[in-house]
Amino acid sequence: MKKPIIQFENFTFKYKTQKEPTLHDINLTIYEGEKVVIVGPSGSGKSTLAHCLNGLVPFSYKGDISGSLTIKGKETKELDIFTLSKMVGTVLQDPDGQFIGLSVGEDIAFALENEAVPQDKMKREVVEVAKLVDMEEKIRSSIHELSGGQKQRVSIAGVIIDEVDILLFDEPLANLDPATGVQAMALIDQVQKETNTTIIIIEHRLEDVLSQEVDRIIVIDEGRIVSDLDPNELLASNVLETCHLREPLYVKALKYAGIEVTPDMLPASLATLKIDAVKSKLSDWHDARSHSAHEENEEPILELEHIHFGYDADTPTIHDISFKINKGEMVSIVGKNGAGKSTLSKIICGIEKVQAGKIFYKNEDITTDTIAERSTKIGLVMQNPNHMISKHMIYDEVALGLIVRGLPENEIKERVDATLKVCGLYPFRNWPISALSFGQKKRVTIASILALEPEVLILDEPTAGQDLRHYTEIMEFLNELNRQGVTILLITHDMHLMLEYTPRAIALADGKIIADDSSVNILTNPEVVEKTNLKITSLFELALKAGIEDPIDFVSAFIDYDKEARMTWRTNS
Amino acid sequence: MANEFLNYVERKSPVHSLSGATKLIIFILYSTAAMLTYDTRVLIGLFILSIVIFAISKIRIREVGFVLAFILAFLLLNNIAIYIFSPQEGVKIYGTSHVLFEIAGRYNVTLEQLFYQFNITLKYFSVIPAALLFIVTTHPSEFAASLNKIGVNYKIAYSVSLALRYIPDIQREFWTIAAAQQARGIDISRKEKLGKRLKNVASIILPLIFSTLERIEVISNAMELRRFGKKKKRTWYSEKPFKKADYIVIIVGFLILIASLVITFHDGDRFYNPFL
Amino acid sequence: MKNLSIKTIVAIGIGAAVFAILMRFVIIPTGIPNTNIQTAYAFLALMAVVFGPVAGGLIGFIGHTLNDALSYGSVWWSWVIVSLFIGLFIGLFKDRINIESGEFGKKEIISFNIVQIVVQAIGWIVIAPVLDILIYAEPANKVFVQGLVAAGVNIVSVGIIGTILLAAYAKTRTKSDSLTKE
Repeated sequence: MKKPIIQFENFTFKYKTQKEPTLHDINLTIYEGEKVVIVGPSGSGKSTLAHCLNGLVPFSYKGDISGSLTIKGKETKELDIFTLSKMVGTVLQDPDGQFIGLSVGEDIAFALENEAVPQDKMKREVVEVAKLVDMEEKIRSSIHELSGGQKQRVSIAGVIIDEVDILLFDEPLANLDPATGVQAMALIDQVQKETNTTIIIIEHRLEDVLSQEVDRIIVIDEGRIVSDLDPNELLASNVLETCHLREPLYVKALKYAGIEVTPDMLPASLATLKIDAVKSKLSDWHDARSHSAHEENEEPILELEHIHFGYDADTPTIHDISFKINKGEMVSIVGKNGAGKSTLSKIICGIEKVQAGKIFYKNEDITTDTIAERSTKIGLVMQNPNHMISKHMIYDEVALGLIVRGLPENEIKERVDATLKVCGLYPFRNWPISALSFGQKKRVTIASILALEPEVLILDEPTAGQDLRHYTEIMEFLNELNRQGVTILLITHDMHLMLEYTPRAIALADGKIIADDSSVNILTNPEVVEKTNLKITSLFELALKAGIEDPIDFVSAFIDYDKEARMTWRTNS
Repeated sequence: MANEFLNYVERKSPVHSLSGATKLIIFILYSTAAMLTYDTRVLIGLFILSIVIFAISKIRIREVGFVLAFILAFLLLNNIAIYIFSPQEGVKIYGTSHVLFEIAGRYNVTLEQLFYQFNITLKYFSVIPAALLFIVTTHPSEFAASLNKIGVNYKIAYSVSLALRYIPDIQREFWTIAAAQQARGIDISRKEKLGKRLKNVASIILPLIFSTLERIEVISNAMELRRFGKKKKRTWYSEKPFKKADYIVIIVGFLILIASLVITFHDGDRFYNPFL
Repeated sequence: MKNLSIKTIVAIGIGAAVFAILMRFVIIPTGIPNTNIQTAYAFLALMAVVFGPVAGGLIGFIGHTLNDALSYGSVWWSWVIVSLFIGLFIGLFKDRINIESGEFGKKEIISFNIVQIVVQAIGWIVIAPVLDILIYAEPANKVFVQGLVAAGVNIVSVGIIGTILLAAYAKTRTKSDSLTKE
């Protein structure tokens, strides 16, 4: 008989500052040693659920609780946050917020320092735990020398040093690129096996989470549990689709081909998927799809010629980069952290000055133009909208760049109104920005740049950490701008974005271009994928597994079909 | 101006191997001595001593060059300002007037004024090597432990550690924000009218403040979930235990402070007066 | 002191980091040599009003010390004390200004500015010069002129930037549940 470790019974929670409860009538039991994934769109209440487990609710975030939540048989609201943290270890989403110490060893030791453990004992334990997460070589390293994946390893070590019973991961993949995400899931699996803990993972990147086996997936939406199934059953159902969650691409492909996905096919991972019975159906679907050729438009709007740049003389950040972007294109720029993507965007906007090479805009040399001069041609949108917004009202924010330029008031109003209409923000023009969702804020920042009327937009990670609904909202908006003639460059790790929206991608590694090709070719090329920390798309692997003759063409066919499906979905809704 | 802050310099030297708390105590004793005294002999003694310690630390001048350049510029300007505002300050302090030559009006050059300005420069200068050394030879991880060891409440000591931990992150964030706003034409360096420039600055600082408030929230949660503040005491992973050398250095430090105070004040005057 | 909440501790640490960065990188030259408008004090005023006197004083003290030490390799204690004083005393008026209520109208703007003008005037015109004279035996007329100039520019800076920051902060505290599309 399995022993329950966490039990929610008719549990309802309402934040003090809100009118409606965030969690309604939750009934959920998690057993010792289980590995459970909780998925749900943004605002579904999944983070609040996590806060209930680690005690931030109700001890830091006050509110009203009804019903009961017991952990190891103890009612949590009668405990305190320190006692709870001995049972439930939390790895937060933001690695820079979680990593408090200045060095790896110090951060791992943080909880022990607070318990006033003697130094020699502390040092021994830190080494033990660092070994477990494969960081013992880096114990003396400073946080600033670590990659995102390594920071996360340290965060995990800092939590398991407490010998907790339950490990809670709040969106562990949100800040990681696809390849590091796979490694993170493998590490979580390994930690579970070595420490015998119960694991709860809150995430919406389901396909990446499923790279390792999990016991159950709980879907939560609008504060209620929608389903509680094993992964095979869940993927065979249509729960994900109705809750606006992203299905794994290979499952979507099977469904597009008219194949009924059943739990018996073991769809939870490509490795286990039984495909023999449906192979023919899949290849029939592929044969029926004729691959449409993309039209080429040879009107260069932006050209880089032999660009060189380095922050200091000895180490070049950008080395001999040349490419040409045609008017109306939508292109992804991909590469590992530190490959030079952000530097490249700063160079194009004039924030950094090139050391050698030339930049052309519509065949005109703009290499020596200032930032301000370029901003009417090329706009840059930062990853985090909060880094750009400085006004309270939407109208004022969008008008800011024009006011600074000293335009007459009636012209400002005209241009701002026009921009707001293009961006679908006109009805909200007198709203405070703080009342908007993340996706809408992103729109405001894009509008504030568009008001300057640039013809090229560069966006840094526009969809990082967003759920499917916000992702779609942002990307469909960009797509619409693109159709209206704005050329768009996207810096991204998001493979879905590459496949679904940008026909072409430029891959960077160590400041050089290693591939400038179609997104499909890049995501099916093992060498490029490895050097850019991406993954081979599961569509390609599905095609291989099904024995399809031209697997690359299968990926293209899927993308075209998906585009059409989305178009019909949009015109219908 | 360089876009850098001073950094810890990793090296093997007797100064590096002292505990951070020892260096902090020495820094405080040293600053106290240099603040209280105006005795030329003491100042020269302190200055030579700190140059010797600097040599022992194996820190190279060029590693702290940009800072020295700034301080020299500051001292030059300060000396000019002192002379312009108060050319007779030396005469006032030392009570005699040995005029070297006249310039105009009350502006002349006296031995007393030169000696006074030499002393004030020396006073600023003598404390610099000690402060510099404390920063570049003490690992930032040790700061908080050292403060706690000399009696500062551990929570406040930890807030210093947090500041050091997050300065690079916040700096990077600040440049990102500044770049984003500049790309929209909001420039603070340009020759705008002062009022407008102030408003432009606000639009760069505001995003930084809101993200700072968010950051405070995230870090507080992370610290609470790992039981910061649970006990009255806390231990430190990076604390260097006291060795024999630490005790010796601290005792010597106190002796030097006492000696410098005795030399300075035994005649009831803070200034050493060679003109009497 | 013993009962400082974790949030206050973090606010002190992060606030000190921001204060040091603003002091180093976000200064506006006035045209008079060696006299810059510091934006850091506007930020300090905001943090003091939001987190109270202990946080305000320590952000000023730690932030200023760190900036001096990390930028110049030495600490000008006489001016560091002024930062502590300004943060502490503006913070004492936290409840009076009550920014969390979301109201920062004419009345609050006036009382905030009276407070900041008085506190900064004492800090720059009395405390800084007196300490400079006591510690460094600098000429009195020189340090008082320096103090007057510093008081002038910083009072203007906090008056304009600080008021903008506080107003913007207050707006985020108001609830906006009566929004309609137009």
